[in-house]
Amino acid sequence: MSSARRPTARAPRRTTGLPAPLVPLAALALLFLGLPVLGLVVRTPWTTLVDVLTRRESLDALRLSLVCASLATVLCIALGVPLAWVLARGDFPGRGVLRALVTVPLVLPPVVGGVALFTAFGRRGVVGRPLDEWFGITLPFTTTAVVVAEAFVAMPFLVIAVEGALRGADRRYDEAAATLGASRWYTFRRVTLPLVAPGVAAGAVLCWARALGEFGATITFAGNFPGTTRTMPVEVYLTLQRDPPAAVALSLVLLLVSVAVLAGLRDRWLTSAR
Amino acid sequence: MSRGAAARSVIAVFVSVAVSGCGGGSTNSSSTDTGRDAPPSGAPGRITVLAAASLTEPFTLLGERFEAEHPGSRVSFSFAASSELATQISNGAPADVFASASPATMALVADAGDTDGEPTVFASNTLEIAVPAGNPADVTGLDDFAREDLSIALCAPEVPCGAAAAKVFAAAGVTPAPDTLEADVKATLGKVTLGEVDAALVYRTDVLAAGDDVEGIDFPEAAGAVNDYPIAVLADAPNAAAAEAFVALVTSPEGAEVLTETGFDLP
Repeated sequence: MSSARRPTARAPRRTTGLPAPLVPLAALALLFLGLPVLGLVVRTPWTTLVDVLTRRESLDALRLSLVCASLATVLCIALGVPLAWVLARGDFPGRGVLRALVTVPLVLPPVVGGVALFTAFGRRGVVGRPLDEWFGITLPFTTTAVVVAEAFVAMPFLVIAVEGALRGADRRYDEAAATLGASRWYTFRRVTLPLVAPGVAAGAVLCWARALGEFGATITFAGNFPGTTRTMPVEVYLTLQRDPPAAVALSLVLLLVSVAVLAGLRDRWLTSAR
Repeated sequence: MSRGAAARSVIAVFVSVAVSGCGGGSTNSSSTDTGRDAPPSGAPGRITVLAAASLTEPFTLLGERFEAEHPGSRVSFSFAASSELATQISNGAPADVFASASPATMALVADAGDTDGEPTVFASNTLEIAVPAGNPADVTGLDDFAREDLSIALCAPEVPCGAAAAKVFAAAGVTPAPDTLEADVKATLGKVTLGEVDAALVYRTDVLAAGDDVEGIDFPEAAGAVNDYPIAVLADAPNAAAAEAFVALVTSPEGAEVLTETGFDLP
């Protein structure tokens, strides 16, 4: 190579620094992302904050949001990890189509997701009608509907994260385990899954955060009733019409909860697992 | 797994998120744009009208007439709960006209100095029980709203139709057992159209607009909660002249005819 023989008298040009034109744009992006959050903090009515947050409806909405987002995440892990495994390791025709289908809820406007859920699980839905007629079970406007709506919107986040992790994982460990006589199920539990644990954790965190913020599909499919289906985002949306400062206070709580959980999980799982 | 793979998978998800955009806040305001893009500019003949969701039908018709009568003009509508529109106005939404389903909501805007002159009441509306076609739950009157076994939708108390409903129930001495409190009257009606609830309380005009999917049941207590609809030009209207012309059309005999045809009463 010619460059290797070049005399070293001239100092090598620095090529690792930031290209100058990117810096102001990056600063602008940072400002754009940070200012609304800063605005929320600045406009928070600190004097009435405690009053707003200890209201029964605020606490109900917060509790409901945390419970539903967590349940939705559990559901997503239980069903999403196997799906990710099929997508990453399965060898069958139409896998690309299947993967595209999985990502549909990701690009679908959430309200459309809510309407789609009606067509499937509503009282007149494909699955909902027999459920109602045979067992008397109706999903819409129940807390279960909130979990279903959140899981529908959030599951692709987990599936994509876990699938990526599975593709990146070294399959030779699985093969070694098989050579040593481990069954496929045992290998999956004791070798594959621990290997991709950081990917599952990252996916679960994203999934949980998405579920926590879910608004469109929830208000469409699950409706809005205090205590059973009114989650924090819906509470914030309705409060904004009646009492804007209180809506800002509620938003701040949601912001703090999200940031706290993301930060906490990052420290505990993501970094130490690496 | 490798760290790189974890990072890549997370990045993939974030990119997808960026592409999908975000479903938040404005999902309930349906905006019908009879022109092209929403016009924040003060271009001549271009106006933005914020109107109560229940005004969707008459205002869409009146918008078409206005455009026909004023060549080159464009009327853009944003239909949503009046209370939500009031919030948008107080946050500086660039609009020319506001038509509310309740004088109380209009008063919020007027008291903040956001209207140009006194609002005019141009129509009124009464509540009606809406049930899916065929009335599967045999709803007969307001008393049925107390039945726990029925699936019932009402407007949230924050929005005018919810406030009117609360008034009606208080007058009738009925404690309703709703399953969902919807963000505007069209969302409430939508749950009936879908057949997902057995009954809802909406405006008579909404039942009319829904066509064959929905049946209306009148009830005597409705007379106790007649909703007046005020309209006003906004103080910061980018196109005040055209806005005045639109309000004049709504309050004219021609406007009255369209409003009556779509089921509204005149003041």
